[in-house]
Amino acid sequence: MSEKILELQSVDAGYNGQRVISEANLEVYDHDFIGMIGPNGGGKTTLLKVILGVLKPFRGKLIYHQIYDADHVKRIGYLPQFSMIDRKFPISALEVVMSGLMPHHGLTRKYSREDKQRARQMMKRMGISHLEDKVVGELSGGQMQRVFLGRAIIGSPRLLILDEPNTFVDNQFEGELYEHLRELNQEMAIILVTHDIGTISSYVKTIACVNQQVFYHHSNVITQEQLSAYNCPIQLIAHGDVPHTVLKRHD
Amino acid sequence: MEIFQYQFFINALWAALFTSITCGIIGTYIVSNRIVFLSGGITHSSFGGIGVGYYMGVNPIWGAAVFSVLSALGIEFFSKKGQLRHDSVIGIWWSFGMAIGIIFIYLTPGYAPNLMTYLFGSILTVSQGDLLFMGLLTGVIVVFFLLFFRMILFISFDESYARVFGMPVTLIKSLLISLVALTIVVNIKVVGIILLISLLTVPQSIANQFTQVFSRMMFYSVGISLLGVVAGLLFSYNQDVPSGASIIFALIVLFGLTKAGFYLRDKLHPHR
Repeated sequence: MSEKILELQSVDAGYNGQRVISEANLEVYDHDFIGMIGPNGGGKTTLLKVILGVLKPFRGKLIYHQIYDADHVKRIGYLPQFSMIDRKFPISALEVVMSGLMPHHGLTRKYSREDKQRARQMMKRMGISHLEDKVVGELSGGQMQRVFLGRAIIGSPRLLILDEPNTFVDNQFEGELYEHLRELNQEMAIILVTHDIGTISSYVKTIACVNQQVFYHHSNVITQEQLSAYNCPIQLIAHGDVPHTVLKRHD
Repeated sequence: MEIFQYQFFINALWAALFTSITCGIIGTYIVSNRIVFLSGGITHSSFGGIGVGYYMGVNPIWGAAVFSVLSALGIEFFSKKGQLRHDSVIGIWWSFGMAIGIIFIYLTPGYAPNLMTYLFGSILTVSQGDLLFMGLLTGVIVVFFLLFFRMILFISFDESYARVFGMPVTLIKSLLISLVALTIVVNIKVVGIILLISLLTVPQSIANQFTQVFSRMMFYSVGISLLGVVAGLLFSYNQDVPSGASIIFALIVLFGLTKAGFYLRDKLHPHR
């Protein structure tokens, strides 16, 4: 049986009094794998901020069911957009991965030997053991995303949120990433924000279209008609029949 | 050397040590977080406090302390609440503080004797009382960074990530910016308002050529600024030129030498 881990109830949210999303409803169950799509400025990032609990909705409710564990640690993994990171910051790859354990520690605690061991294992799992001492500025896009995925999942989250993880990475990593995610989905729910619905449609289980409102689509196959019915103008799709995998007809 | 017999010189050496530790640590935070301009703004606006201090007949350093902490917190507050550009707010505070300082010094009857000291510094006139403050702040900064080092690194690198997990980001950042302000204040005596920003950026930029790890950058910066301050101090003593300027000069020479060294190394061994 799937358990509900979080829900949004008719949420209005935005910045400086301006609404970006309105009347958003969403339920996330464990083992969900939701592909979140929508036009730029449609409110994907705003919705993510609400889900992450960093943006308070104007109206409506965010309810966490299985997110906090017995120690009151928020079991969410988060991979931010690539552009959010200062690539000149003096920090090593291992330190970044290990910092994913910060929420599990008190304010002043130092990392233990065990933490370091866990971070090393995580880097091995991501196939980046050799990059331990590299600073983030020396990493390629794909290597960097592996480091950030490592940080996101080292605390064994129940929900993993990825904000456009496939920008600035090579095709090889993209494929690997999706395989990682498929495997991780055994243990955790995943929300993947992307502008590239074509590639992800075979990995995700359901699709959420975000354009001011949220339209939940209970399948990973979506037709052009459905997209326009959802008021979800995705550029790729509007330009014709390029992403065949997505536009496959429903029976 | 005979100068080591003089109390003022011993004081200056202690000041050099405290300056290096405070500026080395805080400067690494400033450089890594790209808040050099903000720090420049805080430094200059503290001049307002010096002017008010003169006018009211209290120690100008106390005025500077109040002004710099208020401007540090005020810049953050106004750029957030007033929906203004962050760097514009810095520019406004920067010049406003200077203006206030000049107005109050002008209003004060008589001649302002140590004005040049506050603008350009004078490590050789550091008093025992100054040293006490410097030592105290050094202790506070060292303890704060020992306790919260992981948290500081975590928040600095990816603030929004820290917010997701309910870390006290705003609190830690406010404490840090207050420490930046206090570091500026206690070091005004050493190199002065106008030259201070270099102690917070040059050693760190030199250190950054040797390492790209935050913790090592802090340690190297402390060592490098100690080297620069003592070298500048001796140069100032020998040539009888102002100490603040010669300290900065020594640091910039060090920066040029290391930069050239690394450039040559890369030329000679391009594939290292």
